[in-house]
Amino acid sequence: MASLASEFLGIKSPNPFWLASAPPTDKEYNVVRAFKAGWGGVVWKTLGEAGPPVVNVNGPRYGAVWGADRRLLGLNNIELITDRPLEVNLREIKQVKRDWPNRAMIVSIMVPCEEQAWKAILPLVEETGADGIELNFGCPHGMSERGMGSAVGQVPEYIEMVARWCKQATRMPVIVKLTPNITDIRYPARAAKKGGADAVSLINTVSSITAVDLDSFSPEPSIDGKGSHGGYCGPAVKPIALNMVAEIARDPETAGLPISGIGGVTTWRDAAEFMALGAGNVQVCTAAMTYGFAIVKEMKAGLSDYLDRKGMSLSDLIGRATPNVTDWQYLNLEYVAKARIDPDLCIKCGRCYAACEDTSHQAIAMKPGRVFEVKDDECVACNLCVNVCPVENCITMERLPAGAVDPRTGRVVQAEPADWTTHPNNPGAVAAE
Amino acid sequence: MPNTPSTPGLAAGRLPAEAIAENFADLHPPLTPHEAAVAADRCYFCHDAPCIAACPTSIDIPLFIRQIATGTPEAAAKTIFEQNILGGMCARVCPTETLCEEACVREAAEGEPVQIGRLQRFATDTMMAKPHPFARAPETGKRVAVVGAGPAGLACAHRLAMKGHAVTIFDAKPKPGGLNEYGIAAYKTVGGFAQAEVEWLLGIGGIDIVNGKRLGADFTLDALKADYDAVFLGIGLAGVNALGIDGAEDAVAFIAALRQAEDKAALPVGRNVVVIGGGMTAVDAAVQAKKLGAETVTLAYRRGREKMNASRWEQDLAATSGVRILANTAPKGRAEGGIVLAMTADGPEGLKETGETITLEADQILAAIGQKLDAAFGFATEGGKIKVDGAGRTSLPGIWAGGDCATGGDDLTVTAVAEGRDAAEDIHAMLTGAA
Repeated sequence: MASLASEFLGIKSPNPFWLASAPPTDKEYNVVRAFKAGWGGVVWKTLGEAGPPVVNVNGPRYGAVWGADRRLLGLNNIELITDRPLEVNLREIKQVKRDWPNRAMIVSIMVPCEEQAWKAILPLVEETGADGIELNFGCPHGMSERGMGSAVGQVPEYIEMVARWCKQATRMPVIVKLTPNITDIRYPARAAKKGGADAVSLINTVSSITAVDLDSFSPEPSIDGKGSHGGYCGPAVKPIALNMVAEIARDPETAGLPISGIGGVTTWRDAAEFMALGAGNVQVCTAAMTYGFAIVKEMKAGLSDYLDRKGMSLSDLIGRATPNVTDWQYLNLEYVAKARIDPDLCIKCGRCYAACEDTSHQAIAMKPGRVFEVKDDECVACNLCVNVCPVENCITMERLPAGAVDPRTGRVVQAEPADWTTHPNNPGAVAAE
Repeated sequence: MPNTPSTPGLAAGRLPAEAIAENFADLHPPLTPHEAAVAADRCYFCHDAPCIAACPTSIDIPLFIRQIATGTPEAAAKTIFEQNILGGMCARVCPTETLCEEACVREAAEGEPVQIGRLQRFATDTMMAKPHPFARAPETGKRVAVVGAGPAGLACAHRLAMKGHAVTIFDAKPKPGGLNEYGIAAYKTVGGFAQAEVEWLLGIGGIDIVNGKRLGADFTLDALKADYDAVFLGIGLAGVNALGIDGAEDAVAFIAALRQAEDKAALPVGRNVVVIGGGMTAVDAAVQAKKLGAETVTLAYRRGREKMNASRWEQDLAATSGVRILANTAPKGRAEGGIVLAMTADGPEGLKETGETITLEADQILAAIGQKLDAAFGFATEGGKIKVDGAGRTSLPGIWAGGDCATGGDDLTVTAVAEGRDAAEDIHAMLTGAA
């Protein structure tokens, strides 16, 4: 069994699966249950300033998007930071860290964008014995209207400034949690690094409305007939998160900056994908909120088995896929593939045909007896047929070997890779040496 | 002492009333909305879907299933009813395992088709709880006589009425519905559904039903031709083939009596029942005899099991209900308290008796060896049925026919509906001068 022991910013945890700052980590009771279930660490739900705590709505705070059989694909929420008194949270954090010394205890913080506010709370958190802090610059609802959360995360200068205050005021490692509600994730990540942050974590939730009630015409979740945008998370946002993690991991300005990957991690496989793209560990929320804490057993067993199969250690996995993320212009245009339909696996549903004929390149023929065949002289290898086929591996993309003629273009496939930068159609092409 | 399955001879109430009620409960209970959503999600929305091609009424199945999946079962029902106004009954009695569900690509993929029949029932049940969904075209002043209030006649009448013609249906039985009311196993259509469906169908308006009037006995074709602008015959196969075995009962009558019984516990059934035949009627009779409490029920079929007209699914239903299927056994004669069956074998020269016989105890022998046209009424016939063309036209001008009495198609409710509907379209075209 490959060891899953993880070290992130020097913070040790028995596995790389942390619970993200969210309802599951709002109090001692939940966190102890999580640790008993085997989670490697938690990011305690975001603390605010001392004084009267925030209040939440008294109606639905979650909205959802479902797939088949009501499988929850996406969840959004309009919950704010912890609505419990600061001193209660601090007391419980201290107790839990004392009782569970080998688990990571990170405390999420969100206070007004004033140096004094941060300097006031940091010693209180430090006193709990917590392993680190996470600056919540991501929350897109409620708090952002008060100049906190994503209102800070959307302005790189603020990120840099607050990160610097925190680094100056505490010995604890500082993780900056980034909002995806921006145009280019690299700018806030660079700002965090510039401010001295030890790591970034991402993504926080995506601004969203999950649905509209077509009788009451209220957005969901509905509070007395009205709704407000919430933060979207769960499996639906994973592709967005993976891309943002990769963008930061491969950006020369932030290369090497530790990343805690967040966004729809539901299974060991999701976690492994985040880590392969450069995340040092992952944080989980929606999956736990959907299925309970027991899912971590599958994650641990699955990741460990995978590492065994690959003969890799956990640290070997981190960033393994990062070098393969590139810009479009560097993709090999001499990689020529054609779709192949396995007649033995085909169940004759015809979805590939409908998709290709109606919406793509008319490259699939429907023959008598519902036999479907790819027309190589039309197929551009777009992969849509593969994606809509209900049978795994029934349609595959087969590469044409070098020297073969692509019947669509009449061109001979070259062995040497060639990309857009050297393509004759590119006005800015640089001649190959 | 109450009767039990082992009470000798014919006896009623072999099982407690509750057990009989439970035995005759809905074979496929309705799907709940969540079950329907899950079942609907399994549909792949195939291109040029094989299930549509396999449906005799060509219902756009992927469309109606998608409408269920999107939370609009009424729209789904309308998609069904536009093609098949008896979609409610067909959802219950169609041998989907040899039609749409056999063609379903998920049957090929995993041996588990989308539950098309049950989804169709979910949709149609939803809409049938509401007012009739179709509106009648303005009255044309044309009058059409439909003989037979079974699936073919009802489908024909509805389509004609919808197009504004005035329809009178004549039926020999006290109640409309034909085989839906008298001929199908009770557990397939519970809760008086056949009558409820007729009531609902008549909601279109413009249809009168005259019950208890038999063609040939109470009125003549000539009279209909004189009084109406067109005539459609959906008279079914009212005659039964005789078995030639002393004391054998007609399985069709046995099923009809069972369907009409107020109290099934009052129906006598044999301790040892032997059903002769290999079709749906034979299975329906055998399974129901078992459900009434017969100790043993044997279904004896003269050919090999693969030749049975009853689908494999129906055969399995019989087997799991406790019916023994004896293939390659042909009735030979009576024995003391029993029946003698000759063993047969299929050979190059056809079916032959092997010389071996077996004798089964039999307190009740039910013959289900096929039905036939009662009378030909002067029509050209083919294979014992009224010969019709694709539009349902008979050899006599102005008279159409469809359903079991006419050539073409399998003897199924759904086929009868398709033929009645298509004949109505042709009659309409004729009456409006379009044909």
